[in-house]
Amino acid sequence: MKSIHKAIGIGVSAICMGLLLDCAVFAESAQQAVQSSSGYGWWIWPVLLFVVTFVMGIAAVLGGVGGGVLFVPIISGFFPFHLDFVRGAGLLVALAGALAAGPGLLKMNLASLRLAMPVALIASAFSIIGAMVGLALPTKIVQIALGGTIIGICILMLTAKKSEFPEVDKPDWISAALQMNGVYQEATTGQIVHWQIHRTWQGLLLFIAVGLMAGMFGLGAGWANVPILNLLMGAPLKISVATSKFLLSITDTSAAWIYLNNGCVIPLIVVPSLIGIMLGSFVGVRLLRVAKPTVVRWIVIGMLAFAGLRALHKGIFG
Amino acid sequence: MMNDTEASLNARPEQVVYANILEKGMLFGLILVVVTYILYVLGVIKPFVSMDTIVASWTLNVHDYLHKLHIEPGWAWLFMLGYGDFLNFVGIALLAGVTVVCFLAVIPVLLKQGDRLYALLAFLEVAILSLAASGLLGTGGH
Repeated sequence: MKSIHKAIGIGVSAICMGLLLDCAVFAESAQQAVQSSSGYGWWIWPVLLFVVTFVMGIAAVLGGVGGGVLFVPIISGFFPFHLDFVRGAGLLVALAGALAAGPGLLKMNLASLRLAMPVALIASAFSIIGAMVGLALPTKIVQIALGGTIIGICILMLTAKKSEFPEVDKPDWISAALQMNGVYQEATTGQIVHWQIHRTWQGLLLFIAVGLMAGMFGLGAGWANVPILNLLMGAPLKISVATSKFLLSITDTSAAWIYLNNGCVIPLIVVPSLIGIMLGSFVGVRLLRVAKPTVVRWIVIGMLAFAGLRALHKGIFG
Repeated sequence: MMNDTEASLNARPEQVVYANILEKGMLFGLILVVVTYILYVLGVIKPFVSMDTIVASWTLNVHDYLHKLHIEPGWAWLFMLGYGDFLNFVGIALLAGVTVVCFLAVIPVLLKQGDRLYALLAFLEVAILSLAASGLLGTGGH
């Protein structure tokens, strides 16, 4: 049975990878054809974006990452759109995913508004600054920084541990004053988990960096939110994952407005991407039952590393 | 009667209010995004910039793109809603704006519970998001 799951996982991953690469190669040749006024019509772009983001949505769920973190490096690496528009679209893609997941997570009491609000205040304020800095800097510099960040995310994904129920003996004075605690029932065991957090000011400081990066690169920041909430501040893993997803809906909102007001949103790019990644996520959730996520996670890390290196190459050599 | 633990397993009142508004706003926004996009790509409503021109221009940075296509950044799209491409911004702005409404709605709930600190945090969040949305922080890119 295990080998069947593994085979399905490898199969799904190979198809995802193959499709993404095929589309990427096709995207490059299609742009050349458009530039030489021959070949494909404009409609090929929304179709291509839909297919790529649909596959991306599947890969993101199976690989345990947000769609936003895959979108910006892959689309900017292989599609002809300027990085300004890719970042604008990336933020809206991540935002739509977070908005869709938010209500359910809040109602189930897995995402905690009390935990999210102080953190969101800092992250959203600094994502505005990140967006403004990102739009003011030369594209080459942003491209190089994006490449470096993506490589860093790969390393984080490879090395970061997770702790299902971190031990927090005593809340610090900030989290005690803000009552950043809660109770939830672990669905798999029925266990009632009381949680509280510590190292709040250290966590809040790190969210400055998270906000800056989310705004500057148009990335969803789940890859950073979860380790900070879980490993540093000591929130249970489920609370961290759910609150992180909800948090994106606030952090990305502020940065998205900066990109929107600066004209970096092209509906022809944004809408098919948004729909593709959401539908892909639905399919990914179903495939999760039969696929082996570990294998897919390796493939996703490989894809990200490749896209990160390509961003570095584009930034350095143009 | 629920005991204290059972009661605290449920989401707090302000969280439920937030979730309900977010759910409705998100659904409405997504439907608007899809409908306006269909009207746009099928050519039911004429766009301001033709599709071929967009495809030939999206390799430019945002500043050159806006200049070449004579598009005003910021909230100028509100005056261009007769065009299919700009009509798409209604749904997009709704998705980007629903969080502000959610935070506004939880302020009275928090104040009613005597939670003035979190009401202040919610108010500050509204201020930050409104500032970002206002366009006061610069428009036009690069």
